[in-house]
Amino acid sequence: MSAPPYIRCRGLEKAFGAKPVLRGLTLDVLTGETLVVLGGSGSGKSVLLKHMNALLMPDAGEVEVDGVVLQRLDEDALVPLRRNVAMLFQQGALFDSLTVGENIAYPLREHRLLPPAAIPGRVRQALEMVGLAGSENLMPAELSGGMRKRAALARALVLEPRALLYDEPTTGLDPVVAAKINHLIRDMQRRLGVSSVVVTHDLGSAFLVADRIAFLHDGRIRFIGTPDEARASRDPFLHEFLNAA
Amino acid sequence: MNPPMTGAEAARTPGSGVRAAPLPTGVGALLDGLGAVALLTRDAVHAAFRRPPEWSTIAEQLEQVGWRSLSIVNLTAFFTGMVLALQLGTYMARFGAKMFVSRIVGMALVRELGPVLTALMIGGRVGAGITAELGTMAVTDQIDAIRALGASPIRNLVVPRLIAVLVMLPVLTIIGDLVGILGGLLLSVTELNVSGEFYINSLVQVLYLRDVFSGVGKSFFFAYFIGIIACLNGLHVTGGADGVGRATTRTVVAASITVLISDFFLTKLFLLS
Repeated sequence: MSAPPYIRCRGLEKAFGAKPVLRGLTLDVLTGETLVVLGGSGSGKSVLLKHMNALLMPDAGEVEVDGVVLQRLDEDALVPLRRNVAMLFQQGALFDSLTVGENIAYPLREHRLLPPAAIPGRVRQALEMVGLAGSENLMPAELSGGMRKRAALARALVLEPRALLYDEPTTGLDPVVAAKINHLIRDMQRRLGVSSVVVTHDLGSAFLVADRIAFLHDGRIRFIGTPDEARASRDPFLHEFLNAA
Repeated sequence: MNPPMTGAEAARTPGSGVRAAPLPTGVGALLDGLGAVALLTRDAVHAAFRRPPEWSTIAEQLEQVGWRSLSIVNLTAFFTGMVLALQLGTYMARFGAKMFVSRIVGMALVRELGPVLTALMIGGRVGAGITAELGTMAVTDQIDAIRALGASPIRNLVVPRLIAVLVMLPVLTIIGDLVGILGGLLLSVTELNVSGEFYINSLVQVLYLRDVFSGVGKSFFFAYFIGIIACLNGLHVTGGADGVGRATTRTVVAASITVLISDFFLTKLFLLS
């Protein structure tokens, strides 16, 4: 890969109370690639992801997005950055009190990106993109797990971000729905050219969508390379992780 | 290296920031709590003036806090008024002074019981509701989702709820005062044989506007305490459904205690002024 990095993490350290989670983690996400971060439960994958759009701030080290160091920005200055780095949460995190359509319209209204009359059209378009056409008026509680994730993806895409952060996108889904989500992740990269970071411990999904795979262990990136290099790696921890799964 | 985080963000980021030498648990927790209240207040005021929330969001909260609390406030006030009149009337009858029951019932309700009981009811119903709602949003990542979409949970969630409580608690207090006085009137007429006209005239002779202002003035402070405690506890929930339950209980207890303690100092303040 010769593309420049879109997101750079340098020496990230993060502890919760006395428990260190990230210990000097360094990682580059290249422009336009899909990078999958593998790691065991509680290894800090989601914590790493939340540093990439400044939902969490590191105790030490820095995160750079498109050349801007996030730690130098306050909440107001982070707004344009967060519009460019969208996030898909593990359970979707749709707003319970709003319909699917209102959920997707939420960022458009918040940032006043479109005149109110144009918003329904844009919402319809976003839902069609994720295969949920016609579900504008459903409440999140009426959706299945896979539909919730697709609706959340539509909400993330509606701002036309340059990077997408996926937190366990296929966890808890049956294989057919998981395959649909994997297909969507690939499709978004192809059609929109977004850089993607996918945090997962679903190996099937990881090898299907990844351009590169990073293995997080003990608060650091222990391996990074293509899926073929990951399979051939002799790193004992990665080897154990891949074979155990 | 890190810029200062907002109050809510800092509190939602355990382990971040520099910590000085630990204080004794009780004192430390109290100071932490006061600091968090101050930071959330600052952020809410900043957000409210910088870009006020949508009117529809505020209207929805006004309905939630005001209209939907009306029945419980009225019920409480009505029976408190009746009980007060019954107790006082029975006692004062011994001295042949039962006809003046309205003066004591009215003064007690308007200056003290109306604002405090209404605040306790709202602290229980609305405060618990706010904490449960925000807490559920916190543990299901919805608050992080708002931030991730480049929006502000303070502006979109905290400010409308604070405004609604600040507006509606004084209004509910005034309504509760009137309903309580009505309860006292009803009992005085039916049980104490005091005429309705005398009840009202007797009350109007001693009740001044400053008495009403004293009670309603206190309710503004109570509203702020209830709103800010409920929002703060809700935003900081961790630990799933169990955490939501604990935070909700904490809100009801903290709001009630704060109302009762602050009432003493506010009463002194209003009496002095």
